[in-house]
Amino acid sequence: MPSKIPIAVTVNGNRRQAVVEPRLLLVHFLREDLGLTGTHVGCDTSNCSACAVLMDERVVKSCTVLAVQADGKNILTVEGLAEGGRLHAVQQAFLAKHGLQCGFCTPGMLMSAYALLRENRHPTNDEIRKGISGNICRCTGYAKIVESVERAARNRNW
Amino acid sequence: MPPSFEYVSPRTISEAVGFLSSGGDGAKVIAGGQSLIPLLKLRLASPSLLVDINRIPGLDGIEEGGGLLRMGALTRMAEVEASTLIKEKYPIIHDAAGVIGDPLVRNLGTLGGNVSHGDPNNDMPAVMLALGAEFVATGPSGQRTIRAEQFFTDSFTVALDHSEILTEIRVPRRSPRSGGCYLKLEQKVADFAIAAVAVQVRLGEAWECEDVGIGLTAVGPTAIKARRAEQWMRGRKVSDIQAVRELGRLAAEESSPATDIRGTAAYKKQVVRLLATRAFRKACERARGGL
Repeated sequence: MPSKIPIAVTVNGNRRQAVVEPRLLLVHFLREDLGLTGTHVGCDTSNCSACAVLMDERVVKSCTVLAVQADGKNILTVEGLAEGGRLHAVQQAFLAKHGLQCGFCTPGMLMSAYALLRENRHPTNDEIRKGISGNICRCTGYAKIVESVERAARNRNW
Repeated sequence: MPPSFEYVSPRTISEAVGFLSSGGDGAKVIAGGQSLIPLLKLRLASPSLLVDINRIPGLDGIEEGGGLLRMGALTRMAEVEASTLIKEKYPIIHDAAGVIGDPLVRNLGTLGGNVSHGDPNNDMPAVMLALGAEFVATGPSGQRTIRAEQFFTDSFTVALDHSEILTEIRVPRRSPRSGGCYLKLEQKVADFAIAAVAVQVRLGEAWECEDVGIGLTAVGPTAIKARRAEQWMRGRKVSDIQAVRELGRLAAEESSPATDIRGTAAYKKQVVRLLATRAFRKACERARGGL
């Protein structure tokens, strides 16, 4: 039985400590240990990015990071986007433009869109498509998602 | 869920090398983890010890000095893609960095990992063959350099000893009238290439091809250096359309693709032929436009 390892991760601004097996994936730490089930497991093969979160400001697949590797890092999940009970501008834009159908990929889409807009305040249509190119949606055909990100960029109040 | 393993996160290279030496065959380096963790989840790899090099300072960064471009092995693909130095002076590396995996993979995936994983589908090996790169390996008895053309020995096998870590990638500094290009044909984002070709060219004063390096991705057990195509083109006029066609034909001949879900072997050879001629032309265009 491999030794368990103590970690301290700041998740959505809260410091969370745990003692974990090295093989525990960050996504399972978030969902099962912390109960943050907004981050989805879509494929478990590192293809779909439904599990996207920000780690130290960069969007990553939380199913392709070990929880021990997140020790000392800042993690932002979809639960951390809204503030004071108000949806974040990116979430509002997805709501307004119907940027989802079944909603399963949406947490990952939101995190990729949020990461893109933090780095690029006014992305072109091509830059948006490239920015979300790692996130797979099986319902929408992406058009409404791209429109949602465009709206979030226009209505930028953050 | 991956199989069980022990995990260490050393703060120095020598400490990491020590863990690899004492860990035996079951010890494995983890860098960006974007190839290794998927393999662990599929249980295609089952190391007994992971040595995480992410917390070792000084292993990343890109700089020119002493006639070389030096890139730390832990440099993330996103940093390579965003580097102005790389974009302006080493466009072949910029081309490749932007088509590896997807944006999330590039945020963690590293340059060193992409070459030392030894996957013939990875993009950087062909680029490094075209550029004539050297890899710095750090092990128990110090450092040694390994030339790219001696590095990729078989599928998922490279010339690193079990307790060595790839720490730096060195590329000859850009010379005047040189340019490069990497072209990849893929079915969808984050898939491996159907085929891809890397070309780095140096032109002479009369715009003849003074030297050329050609690397092929995903069409053999390792990345392939297309030596006969290179040899053929040296000294020839780059405006000689027949000569460039022959370069493509030779590169295709040197490839040995397998028929799989991405296409038949015959189709992939045609892709190599086309991409090689196109990448050569683009590399020449960049060489003429540059220094």
